[in-house]
Amino acid sequence: MSIQLSNITKQFGAFKALDNIHLDIPEGELVALLGPSGCGKTTLLRIIAGLEQADQGQVFLKGDNVTEQPVKNRQIGFVFQHYALFRHMTVFDNIAFGLRVKPRKQRPAETVIKQKVHDLLQLVQLDWLHDRFPDQLSGGQRQRIALARALAVEPSVLLLDEPFGALDASVRKDLRLWLRHLHHELNVTSIFVTHDQEEAMEVASQIVVLNHGKIEQKGTPSEIYDQPHSDFVSRFIGQTNVFKIEDHAHEWLKHTGIIIDEPQGIVAHVRPHNISVEKPSDPAKAPVTLRDWQHLGSLIRLELQRDDQTASPTTIYAEMPNEQFKALALNKGDRVAMRIKHAHWFN
Amino acid sequence: MHVTSSKPLSGNPGVALTDPAWVRWSLVGVSIAVISLFLILPLATVLIEALSKGWQAYASSLTLPDTLAAMRLTLLTAAITVPLTTVFGVSAAWAIARFDFRGKSLLTTLIDLPFSVSPVIAGLIYVLIFGAKGWFGPWLSEHDIKVIFAVPGIVLATLFVTFPFVARELIPLMQEIGHEEEEAALSLGASGWQTFFKVTLPNIKWGLLYGVLLCNARAMGEFGAVSVVSGHIRGLTNTLPLHVEVSYNEYDFVGAFASASVLASLAVLTLIFKTLLEWKQSQDRKA
Amino acid sequence: MPGFRPALGFTLLYLALIVLIPLSAMLLKSLQLTADQFWNILTSKRVLASFEISFGAALLAAGIAAVLGFIIAWTLVRYPFPGKKLFDALIDLPFALPTAVAGIVLATLYEPRGWIGQWLGEVFGLKVAYQPLGIVVALIFIGLPFVVRTIEPVLQEFDSAMEEAAASLGANRWQAFSKVIVPNILPAAITGFALAFARGVGEYGSVIFIAGNMPYVSEVVPLLIITKLEQYDYAGATAIGMTMLVLSFVLLLIINSLQWWVRRRSGQL
Ligand SMILES: Nc1ncnc2c1ncn2[C@@H]1O[C@H](COP(=O)(O)OP(=O)(O)OP(=O)(O)O)[C@@H](O)[C@H]1O
Ligand SMILES: [Mg+2]
Repeated sequence: MSIQLSNITKQFGAFKALDNIHLDIPEGELVALLGPSGCGKTTLLRIIAGLEQADQGQVFLKGDNVTEQPVKNRQIGFVFQHYALFRHMTVFDNIAFGLRVKPRKQRPAETVIKQKVHDLLQLVQLDWLHDRFPDQLSGGQRQRIALARALAVEPSVLLLDEPFGALDASVRKDLRLWLRHLHHELNVTSIFVTHDQEEAMEVASQIVVLNHGKIEQKGTPSEIYDQPHSDFVSRFIGQTNVFKIEDHAHEWLKHTGIIIDEPQGIVAHVRPHNISVEKPSDPAKAPVTLRDWQHLGSLIRLELQRDDQTASPTTIYAEMPNEQFKALALNKGDRVAMRIKHAHWFN
Repeated sequence: MHVTSSKPLSGNPGVALTDPAWVRWSLVGVSIAVISLFLILPLATVLIEALSKGWQAYASSLTLPDTLAAMRLTLLTAAITVPLTTVFGVSAAWAIARFDFRGKSLLTTLIDLPFSVSPVIAGLIYVLIFGAKGWFGPWLSEHDIKVIFAVPGIVLATLFVTFPFVARELIPLMQEIGHEEEEAALSLGASGWQTFFKVTLPNIKWGLLYGVLLCNARAMGEFGAVSVVSGHIRGLTNTLPLHVEVSYNEYDFVGAFASASVLASLAVLTLIFKTLLEWKQSQDRKA
Repeated sequence: MPGFRPALGFTLLYLALIVLIPLSAMLLKSLQLTADQFWNILTSKRVLASFEISFGAALLAAGIAAVLGFIIAWTLVRYPFPGKKLFDALIDLPFALPTAVAGIVLATLYEPRGWIGQWLGEVFGLKVAYQPLGIVVALIFIGLPFVVRTIEPVLQEFDSAMEEAAASLGANRWQAFSKVIVPNILPAAITGFALAFARGVGEYGSVIFIAGNMPYVSEVVPLLIITKLEQYDYAGATAIGMTMLVLSFVLLLIINSLQWWVRRRSGQL
């Protein structure tokens, strides 16, 4: 089911948590709502769910205006940051809850409920835990039960607030992939909140970057990464080297062959992999020194330093594949040539 | 599982938590009605009845010799019981919160025992021991010592009913604070008493005061237990609450409510101090 | 850490002197009675009636206090309203107010010519003072703060995300309340009920003024004990006192196990 938000504004006292949000999410997408802490992600998600009322604007689900509808009529599945499992119910009863509170006429028979709960438990691979209480589960298990509970009512939209936020790193990695596969299988329009850009890139088909209650950019992970619309997005997503033209006199950049194009702004953001490093033809004229490097799996990250800047040396990061680095056979302290293959310009 | 709320508790709750206005207002209405009817109205009634014949009558009934004697006895009883209960509370808390020993949970249960015993039984047990036909009754009357229908009996009964008040506040508090600071003081060469006065006491002072306050309110206000052992001798063994009863039963309503107004002010003062102490304690926790 | 022996020693000595020895005096005294004597005392009509009145009134009052206390705790935690802080502080009044004062005030208010009694009589034809109902009123007064103060913190700690989860799963407000909130608050409510009940059974001061104290009708057990004592019938007083003590312990035990069962059923153990 598609989701449309128009002109959503939400204020807490004098503080504007959401400012005029417009958003269109087509059916079947898995969208990450990404942004720094306090930027309004949870608030937006809760407004879509109907847990919070917007001061202005409308929410449309599948084209229907549901702005005035209470949460229970919106047919959404919500997974809470701390799961909010019912502590006094077993895993089974938790998942069955949504089916059991349906109006009598729509309520399935108990045998049907039983079947359905076990199907869901199998889907999240936790059937053996059905008679446990939430307090007796691990974090990752609770997470999956919360998801199964939300899925039991066959929601047309699935909303997840920092679904992996409370888990440790390794469980988190597993669950990310699992969520992605689950989405493939069920194809429910889903939005999940995260402030981890890596997580957003890895899981989502679309990313919405939020900052200070405003949408900075919306697009596929590669669009967001390769064509950041703003200085904020470029800094927030992945690593970026920032060259201010005032500091890095353009003359110098051009002279050393670092930049070939004419400048298109006053700030250049350069991804590490967009910097190529080579052995210089004349070491004496080479502009930067290789200080150090780190292994990042298949990539090597190089730390470079400009030679003409001694007072407060800024470090420039570059990345290249392992083999290529080996082939260059560089040592710490070597002077190297450097070229920016592609930059994003901002004013 | 430690559950934290997913959003700040301050501010307005989400729409899903907002009850319909009619529900809100009728529940608030019920609460306010119950509190007014059961708590505010009685307080007001004490004053109104006490002053029903004017200030003159109020003042003169408060200065009657019997009333003054009852006040003195109440103060005396509190002056003896509160320190004893406090010392007991501190030493029990020290033993229970600072050491492990067999039977600790039994001891904790026994300390709470007087809470679940009817005050009348608290009086009864002392009568059985010291009363005219009690275990020591004959021996006591031979030696001309009066316990029952005298001040010692009143003090004993009050000691029984106030028994857990201080210990009950201090034990959980000291357990929560832990003993690291005290160990630090000891390792720096402080003596046991120095450690207690310079480290323990400052940490537990609000909780201790809280316990003392409640203990004092109960000591001054106890009725059932004291009623059994007092004998209601005017001017001699009537505490203020007993004096209230006697006056009321003699249809001296102004006198009864005048004494009651003194006790009610004590209760209100207790509530004010209690609120203040709770606030202090929460400030300390935050700090 | 120093001071273990003196602290524990003093604690045990004081406990023995003030609580244990006197209580065992009562036990000894009741053991001196033959089973027949004990039985005769307990099965006299007047004693049976007073037990019925005390336990019945305490049970009813604790039940009513539990409901009213829940509503008060709920509004204090959930809804803003003017004067809330003051109302909250006042809840403890029955803890702090001497029971004799409560007794004469309630009697004055509820007697047929009193402010409330008059109104109840005219509008509902209801008599409260000098009736068993009067005992219930006094015990509600005494029991209320026990319920409010046990439920309030639990309600404050309650994770409201659970309620939102219920709503997002399609539950209406009533279902969220009855299926999610109530089960989580129930153990605390039972505790509050038990405390109010235990206190009510033994309550004397606030009851005797409003009860009328008519044998067979509105005479409570504590009063009967005092009456026996005044007649120097130590045996009678002891038998009744002992029975009351045992009965209230048994009832508390039952309530505690009920609570244990509720907690267990709801995975809180
Ligand atoms: N009920 C409320 N009352 C007042 N302010 C609120 C309330 N809920 C949220 N806010 C404020 O609105 C802003 C956005 O909050 P929100 O919870 O949406 O942030 P978030 O993006 O989810 O942050 P995080 O990543 O830390 O969870 C924050 O500054 C927060 O302090
Ligand atoms: Mg959030």
